[in-house]
Amino acid sequence: MTTRWFGARVQRKEDDRLLRGHGRFTDDIEGGALESVLVRSPYAHARIRSIDVSAARDVPGVAAVYIAADLPFGSTDLPILIPHPNLTHGRTQRCLASEVVRYAGEAVAFVVAESRAVAEDAAELVEVDYEPLPVVITPEASARAERLVHDDVPGNVAAEMKQEVGEVDAALAAAPRRKSLRLRFERGAAAPMECRAVWARWSSDDKKLTVYDSTQSPTSIRGGLAVLFGLPESSVEVIAPDVGGGFGPKIMLFYPDELLVPFAAMQLGRPVKWTEDRQEHFTAVNQERGQVHEVEVGFDDEGKLLALSDEFIHDAGAYTPYGIILPIITAAQIPGPYRVPNYRVRFRDLYTNATPTSPYRGAGRPHACFVMERTLDAIAAELGLDRVEVRRRNLIQPDQFPYEVGVAWQDGNTVIYDSGDYPALLEKAVALLGPRPEGDHVGMGIGVYVEGTGVGPYEGAHVQVLVSGKVVAATGIPSQGQSHATVWAQVVADELGVDVADVEVTSGDTRRFPWGVGTFASRGAVTAGNAMGVAARLVADKARRIAAEHLEADAADMELVDGQVRVKGSPGRGMPLAAVSVLANPVRYAFGGGTEAATQFTARPRPGPPLADGEQPGLEATGYYSPPGSTWASGCHAAYVRVDPKTFRLEILKYVVVHDCGRVINPMVVEGQIEGGVAQGIGGAFYERLAYDDEGQLRNASFMEFLMPYATEIPSIEIDHIETPSPLNPLGVKGAGEAGVIPVGAVIGSAVEEALGVPITEMPLSPLRLYELTEARS
Amino acid sequence: MPRRRHRRRLKPAPFEYHAPGSVEEACTLLGSLEDAKVLAGGQSLIPLLNFRLARPAHLVDINRIEGLDRIYERDNGIAVQALARQSAVEDSDLTLRVCPLLVDAVRLVAHRVIRNRGTVCGSLAHADPASELPAVLLALEGHVVARSTRGERTIPAAALFSGVMETSLAPDEVLVEAWFPASPVPSAIVEESRRHGDFALAGAVRAAGRLALFGVAPTPVLADPKDPTRGLQPSGDLEATPEFRLHLVKVLTERAFAA
Amino acid sequence: MRVNGTSYPAPIDARRLLSDHLRHDLGLTGTHVGCEHGVCGCCTVLFDGAPARSCLMLAVQAEGHDVTTIEGLARDGGPLHPVQRAFHECHGLQCGFCTPGFVMSVVGLLKQNPSPSPDEIDEGISGNLCRCTGYASIRRAVARAAELSNQ
Repeated sequence: MTTRWFGARVQRKEDDRLLRGHGRFTDDIEGGALESVLVRSPYAHARIRSIDVSAARDVPGVAAVYIAADLPFGSTDLPILIPHPNLTHGRTQRCLASEVVRYAGEAVAFVVAESRAVAEDAAELVEVDYEPLPVVITPEASARAERLVHDDVPGNVAAEMKQEVGEVDAALAAAPRRKSLRLRFERGAAAPMECRAVWARWSSDDKKLTVYDSTQSPTSIRGGLAVLFGLPESSVEVIAPDVGGGFGPKIMLFYPDELLVPFAAMQLGRPVKWTEDRQEHFTAVNQERGQVHEVEVGFDDEGKLLALSDEFIHDAGAYTPYGIILPIITAAQIPGPYRVPNYRVRFRDLYTNATPTSPYRGAGRPHACFVMERTLDAIAAELGLDRVEVRRRNLIQPDQFPYEVGVAWQDGNTVIYDSGDYPALLEKAVALLGPRPEGDHVGMGIGVYVEGTGVGPYEGAHVQVLVSGKVVAATGIPSQGQSHATVWAQVVADELGVDVADVEVTSGDTRRFPWGVGTFASRGAVTAGNAMGVAARLVADKARRIAAEHLEADAADMELVDGQVRVKGSPGRGMPLAAVSVLANPVRYAFGGGTEAATQFTARPRPGPPLADGEQPGLEATGYYSPPGSTWASGCHAAYVRVDPKTFRLEILKYVVVHDCGRVINPMVVEGQIEGGVAQGIGGAFYERLAYDDEGQLRNASFMEFLMPYATEIPSIEIDHIETPSPLNPLGVKGAGEAGVIPVGAVIGSAVEEALGVPITEMPLSPLRLYELTEARS
Repeated sequence: MPRRRHRRRLKPAPFEYHAPGSVEEACTLLGSLEDAKVLAGGQSLIPLLNFRLARPAHLVDINRIEGLDRIYERDNGIAVQALARQSAVEDSDLTLRVCPLLVDAVRLVAHRVIRNRGTVCGSLAHADPASELPAVLLALEGHVVARSTRGERTIPAAALFSGVMETSLAPDEVLVEAWFPASPVPSAIVEESRRHGDFALAGAVRAAGRLALFGVAPTPVLADPKDPTRGLQPSGDLEATPEFRLHLVKVLTERAFAA
Repeated sequence: MRVNGTSYPAPIDARRLLSDHLRHDLGLTGTHVGCEHGVCGCCTVLFDGAPARSCLMLAVQAEGHDVTTIEGLARDGGPLHPVQRAFHECHGLQCGFCTPGFVMSVVGLLKQNPSPSPDEIDEGISGNLCRCTGYASIRRAVARAAELSNQ
């Protein structure tokens, strides 16, 4: 193989068509589809006494109006995606509610019509008789449990989990110093630029259901639809076309539309489409980030951590489709890159009458990082020590890998850090940050994080060399901007010795590759990347075998370079990869494209059958990669900020990132991921929050009031990196998708605290909040 | 039992569309139609239509009227006609010379792309309490010219803004021109907003010794630079409590008068 | 109305937004819809050569005017416009959803100001939201586009 492409800043293969406006996002697909609208509950908690759709059904141009009673799966609870023994009171919603609604935005009816306008007119005529019930909005209110979200869930507790490493109580009691902190996180949202959309067609001739879905997991959707509709999987195709950002909430089974649109298409015999609008998106799509932590830390006079206890509550929302992955991740990642000899974490996953929560970039890690970093800052403040020095004294050292933390991880294993160099990250970040700028009300913030990446169970890839010499590859996981078509092409091109321009990658189309899990949790490069490598290597091995036989050489002496398979050291003795592809498929009838060479009188005679035992035709292979466990990336962010003492406006003077995601396939792509993550982190630290009122109504369900930062709010950042290759996978890569966002809240919070001199224990901040904190202090 | 209405998607409710070719025609239409709104730049109105917060039965699109987009000097001030885009005012050398305060203010309005369509007169007629241009008109003691089938009248700034998004314009009047006196020296406009281009949490316009505040009352209000918060009862929202607004008023007044 | 140089009839329904008309009536799906209240900029087109939000215009308003969409920049598979090239060179797009809106805004910006300073670049792109890139690569793309355009 060559190493021409791995590590190179290859410009993207995806760009041309996207730049020309020829992207194909789900709402772009028309195909004569009927259009549809979901009727949603305006109440955060209500009993449904009756639903009358008769007037809606009578509207001319309406094809159908569905309520739960109309659906064969109407009384089926949607799946709990990640069951867990501690999730003793998991609850999921049904496709359409018929008895109770538990969050404003929960779907109640589905209207399909000739046009969206008609569907909307009809939707207005759907009469739902709601009996409002008391609501529970904040996690604290849920914990008080004066009111219940689910009648059969005592205390609103979906799950409880406690883990302990060492002996925390004893260590705390013996610690020379102790500190307590209470830290709070408001809900936040991913808000990708493309709202969700689904398009489906049922072909009764071919008995085939085709679904286009703005999803992060076409294979899971396909599996679920096959089960729910009683179809063989081979009858269901799910394609994620171009997807305009995912960031987590587009991985779900199921949003009601993902069932209703295919169902309606099958019932009505015409394609059906559905696209949400931005206002709907805010409450219809899963949210995240709500947690409250009570921390107790014991430390010595040197600032060394002796014991840490964290009790936290996690805001699950009205239902728990995603199980307890989020709080598990938080619990697992609190120790971070530091030695915590005694650690106890206990969480309760609590129901509220709000949109369900599921991972949003960071997925519980930002909370964990904030907890640990604020704790270390508090220790530094108590002892009058430099904040960087306190971190130095507690970091896990490079010679301590593999390092067992001892708590549960989201893949069913326990947390074991495989590799890294945390002190180097810290030193490099401090150096990159440089001296403090002049002026008053300037603060510095620093945060070190680890990130468990590349979870399994597995991903797969198919790689094929066509008779033209071009290479096509496919994997199950889709892209929402992560440049898969370029990055996987680099991996394959190196293995096969071809130009990256000659490798076309399809991702997220079950017609091309039906197995796999999805794009989430910073796992794409590790799982699909390595699967591409495995598949490509199998193809390369086969190419060497076939060429060696043809050239009467030894397979071990063959190399793949510049589209040729040739004998090492004898460039004249070679053949094009295209010709090898022809020979790989012995044919009776030539069909052009050079296939004459593989027919019975032309091909070189050899002993045995034309297709040897155990051999398959074609120069293609399927490969899988299943990680033994997560591989742990890491990084350090640092920043200087200035806070205007009168207006409390935040100015980020300098922001630096030093990251380690192991070996890097395309540094340009990784930097883009980090820059994007940092921007979301800044948004989540100072601009964005979801403001629910006492009745469970979202007050700021629009871009005018949910403040996503523009370019004027986000500085350019400086990035440096180190590489500690992962020992766990052949490519040595670690994930990078979420890295940018994880420590940002901690860094901003720490810097603002120094700049203003007020304690920061919550996220997000805002000028109003800083004004209030400053007033409270004086 | 409360039957809450299904929230409709972001598309306008039905209306009848009219595109008059002259001011006279526009006035005739407004004089004869019930529940009509003027469409000029549309940058404030169309979001309201999309959210269905405004559901006029008739839309009178004045964009087809020729010769209504002039920016010219008169009476020691700048006259801006109904269809002069905010971006044209922003780029106008004449305005920069005569009334630089207006140019400064227009630069604070949203983003350039919005200013390409939005009109100065439209912003005044829309009368959002947090917008800049009404406060500039007030600080400078400008006026607007309103026309209807009943004739033409001049409305001074002090008599124009009557409430949150309310003006003293009659339903059958078209605002054809706004007149801004030459801005004195020193003049300044300062505001605090969350993001670049957002509506102001609070703002202050200084025209020599006069101070007009915006974002802190149902309309722009004149205030005493030495005691700017007296009598103010600002409202609260997600990004600013009344107290924070009052605090910002003091800070912004100080900054406006420091120049 | 003329869209990318071709004449089309205006829609019958006056309440059809220009963005929907372009996408669903004319099949020009390169213009995207992100919010329909004028904040995100995904729907930005050129209206008589100046950037405008197509979700804040009624399609009938475009009658007699020239609209340029992203599809109108590099015609029929021809070479990319300098702004498009610059975005490609500088990794100024990831998911590509906000990209047409950004490109049209930048085309307008450079027409108005062919050599913008860094502050003017930020000001010029401050009306468009991107959730993927964090804007740094877009800044670089605008500077590069200015270079390419001025060559």
